[in-house]
Amino acid sequence: MDINKDLIAASSTPIVLAILAEGDSYGYAILKRVRELSSGRMTWTDGMLYPVLHRLERQGHVKATWRVADSGRRRKYYRITPAGRDQLVQERRQWQAVDATLRGIWKSLALPDAPAPGIMLPQGT
Amino acid sequence: MPLSEPTSIVERQIDQWRGYLRRRQAIHAVDIAELEDHLREQIAALAEAGLADDEAFLVAVKRMGDLNALSREFAREHAERLWKQLVVVSGEAVESPVRIRTDAIVAFGLAVAAAVAIKAPVFFGMPFDDAGAGFYARNLSLFVLPFLTGYFVWKRRLDVRTLGGLAAAFVAAAVIVNVWPFAPPGKTGGLADTETLTVLHLPIALWLIVGLAYAGGRWRQVAGRMDFIRFTGELVIYYVLIALGGGVLTALTALIFQAIGIDVEPSLSWLIPCGAAGAVVVASWLVEAKQSVVENMAPVLTRLFTPLFAALLVAFLAALVGTGHGIDIARNVLIAFDLVLVVVLGLLLYAISARDPSSPPGLFDVLQVVLVISALLADAVALWAIAARISEFGFTPNRVAALGENVILLVNLLWSAMVYVRFLRGRGSFASLERWQTDYLYVYAGWATLVVVAFPPAFGYI
Repeated sequence: MDINKDLIAASSTPIVLAILAEGDSYGYAILKRVRELSSGRMTWTDGMLYPVLHRLERQGHVKATWRVADSGRRRKYYRITPAGRDQLVQERRQWQAVDATLRGIWKSLALPDAPAPGIMLPQGT
Repeated sequence: MPLSEPTSIVERQIDQWRGYLRRRQAIHAVDIAELEDHLREQIAALAEAGLADDEAFLVAVKRMGDLNALSREFAREHAERLWKQLVVVSGEAVESPVRIRTDAIVAFGLAVAAAVAIKAPVFFGMPFDDAGAGFYARNLSLFVLPFLTGYFVWKRRLDVRTLGGLAAAFVAAAVIVNVWPFAPPGKTGGLADTETLTVLHLPIALWLIVGLAYAGGRWRQVAGRMDFIRFTGELVIYYVLIALGGGVLTALTALIFQAIGIDVEPSLSWLIPCGAAGAVVVASWLVEAKQSVVENMAPVLTRLFTPLFAALLVAFLAALVGTGHGIDIARNVLIAFDLVLVVVLGLLLYAISARDPSSPPGLFDVLQVVLVISALLADAVALWAIAARISEFGFTPNRVAALGENVILLVNLLWSAMVYVRFLRGRGSFASLERWQTDYLYVYAGWATLVVVAFPPAFGYI
């Protein structure tokens, strides 16, 4: 399943901020975490994460520091700031509103490709 | 067979990949280091999973994404980096030679049109001498700025609705400054006070219109307005350079024609105004087209003069306190302090426009704060002295205008100083300072419009 580009872009801020709220991290590890969380359904083009991180840094939502990793290479780590946490709270509210709206309408529709949780429908061959 | 150390072939491939990235203006060395760390970790993970090194390299590079798309994303996020090369507005990466030539032709056509426009009223019976001085002074910006705006409308391919709005603004300005019944020039030949104020403020108000066209659809973005501030600074520098060259040319022309007994005085009354009007459009075109030739002069001058001005103001404050002299409230003291604030604000603006927003606070930032705070203190002393004796002076249009400008600049610098100090102490981001300065553009334009529109009737056109 491919998720459309606009959705990926719109969700990148809350996802990155939320992952950083779990603890400091760096680019590669953030992408790995996204893959884990979405069970591989959200695929970002790796490079595109970095402009997102730099934007969050410019907006003051994250703070970056260069540290030496275990591998001996210099690595840029990101940490969420208090302003970033506030932003995350706001993002979360917005996404919950979107989610609630969609849930409302899904319930009243019977769409073939979206089985209700717990009910197993026969999948296409 | 998992390999922990990448072989030299992969090292060479990574070198090559790094080389490709380096050619992108929008991706800096520090970003390349970050991306390379990512690439290496990805390769290691893939090799761990059983891929051969060169296969792992290929997959890792593929996952990194298309370099063109990536560098576009970086450019969007770091607009200030591309400023040296070209301004990204329409999204096209590099302009074609044909387009560059058309651009030059359009710019020179508009420059000639502006040069003709400034002399056109002569043919309709408006003499280009003292009798017509008021008319030409009031309309000066209207002879030039519509052509400059036209250039950007063409260059940014703005739609008809925007074009209509911009044109309406110019028409409204032209009507207002020409219907006000200003008092006729006094015995000394000077213009009425409110007329002089109109002459000084109309270009400032209309400059915002130029900005709207310049930024195209990006005016609402902080980055779009910041680009306009950069553009303004570079334009002033180019214009001064062109004016210097023009001065040398004029002087030489006069000298050599004098040698053969021909007086060129009459033709200079054509050469100078036409040249001055056309040069505005030409200078703008140069800033647009040749940004990389003169590498951002405004920030360089800012670096040079910020410490000097800071030293001057600190010395002034020290002298004020040390000698106990009060400020002598002469006629022009308020204007002098307005100018000090304008210069300090200019230094601050161009330091901001050239600063890498993500780099940590440094010595130069501290200097900047010293400059702003000492300017604020000096201005506060002057304002205090003036306020104490304002009843003696009474309110003339000049004083109200000067006082209003002083307050506007003071508010801007006060808030800037607060935001800047917060940034230095690691509590705020540099972006909020940028946002403040770019939002404040409206205040300047609003005040200038107020002076043009409301002052003449309010003070009885004196």
